[in-house]
Amino acid sequence: MPSLKDLKNRIDSVKSTRKITKAMQMVAAAKLRRAQEAAEAARPYAERFNAVMAGLAGSAQELGQGPKLLTGTGKDDVQLLVVMTSEKGLCGGFNTSIVRLVRYQIEKLRGEGKTVKILTVGKKGREQLKRDYADLFVGHIDLSEVKRIGYANAQDIAKDVLARFDAGEFDVAKIYYSKFESVISQKPQELQVIPAKFEGEAAEATTSNLYDYEPDEEAILADLLPKSVATQIFAGLLENGASEQGARMTAMDNATRNAGDMIDRLTIEYNRSRQAVITNELIEIISGAEAL
Amino acid sequence: MADTMQFDLVSPERKLASVKATAVKIPGTEGDLTAMPGHAPVITTLRPGVLSVEGPEGTQDYVVSGGFAEISAESTSVLAERAIPRGEVSKEFLDELRAEAEARHEAAEDHEKDITSKALSDLAHLAEDMV
Repeated sequence: MPSLKDLKNRIDSVKSTRKITKAMQMVAAAKLRRAQEAAEAARPYAERFNAVMAGLAGSAQELGQGPKLLTGTGKDDVQLLVVMTSEKGLCGGFNTSIVRLVRYQIEKLRGEGKTVKILTVGKKGREQLKRDYADLFVGHIDLSEVKRIGYANAQDIAKDVLARFDAGEFDVAKIYYSKFESVISQKPQELQVIPAKFEGEAAEATTSNLYDYEPDEEAILADLLPKSVATQIFAGLLENGASEQGARMTAMDNATRNAGDMIDRLTIEYNRSRQAVITNELIEIISGAEAL
Repeated sequence: MADTMQFDLVSPERKLASVKATAVKIPGTEGDLTAMPGHAPVITTLRPGVLSVEGPEGTQDYVVSGGFAEISAESTSVLAERAIPRGEVSKEFLDELRAEAEARHEAAEDHEKDITSKALSDLAHLAEDMV
């Protein structure tokens, strides 16, 4: 049975933990708002871009030719998985759920006899994957010094990926990130960036013929495809940023509530032990008086 | 025919402008062009340069680099990788653009040299304009 002093110490320590988790929750809430705004601001660009790309890609595919970034190398033997996770922990199952999806994919691809390469963005995913798949790593991009994710960060990642593609290091590239659905729900996503796939291709392809292209379609496509990789990575990074903060907020909210429950329990225990001590002393005094 | 059209300028990070415009001067890769309401639909890539928007409320200039413009009869959308209002252009920004263009010029293969060197000279003109 812990002494009164022990209990008091524990209550104090849980109280300060609660203060910290509460503060972290509020910080995460503020950051979440900012991250959501950033994701919101980036959406018009990404949407327009994809619409135009879909049109271009559609007509290029009709011709049955196009840059390698669009049509692929004709194989899918070597796959590059770009895994985007957070730089910091204490955000619940955020990183774990992305890593779980990646692990599943790695095993599946390996089962099909494909070669898998991993490029990580963010420290946490790297730590978790390094344990089992250290030999598959081809690189890591560190964003821990970056305060606010900018398009330049996405461009750097895209440049790295494209250089590897040009060097023939892989056939297919996929990015993994968490899609922000709400504060309590973030879904890990897989998105293929090379060869490029655009949603709504069929619908857009018909409208694309209305446009004149200057320079010609092929040149535009060659110019824009690398940018489209950067755009998709940027969108992924922003979604991830919002998801991370959302996950952290929920995790810290739970932690704060748990700490509160714990304090309540410990306080009751503390009061009971104190009462027991008092009762004990009373009994001693009374039996002492009776003995006289 | 309407005398204004919708004009949008967006960069990956934010939307810079969404206004009614009467004419938009766009620095296209193959030469400048001015889009006015009723223009035939065109998609063109951009070279680094000044984009100017004429609207009922006056003219607005932006410095843009990389990306493309989508022009149709009722609207013009410019999607630029980098875009900032001309008033906010700093020497650092131009230096950064030039460093990038130079790096690309160095890395380019011979048959692409004319494109990259053109981009370099475009930037030099741009820098002169700004002073």
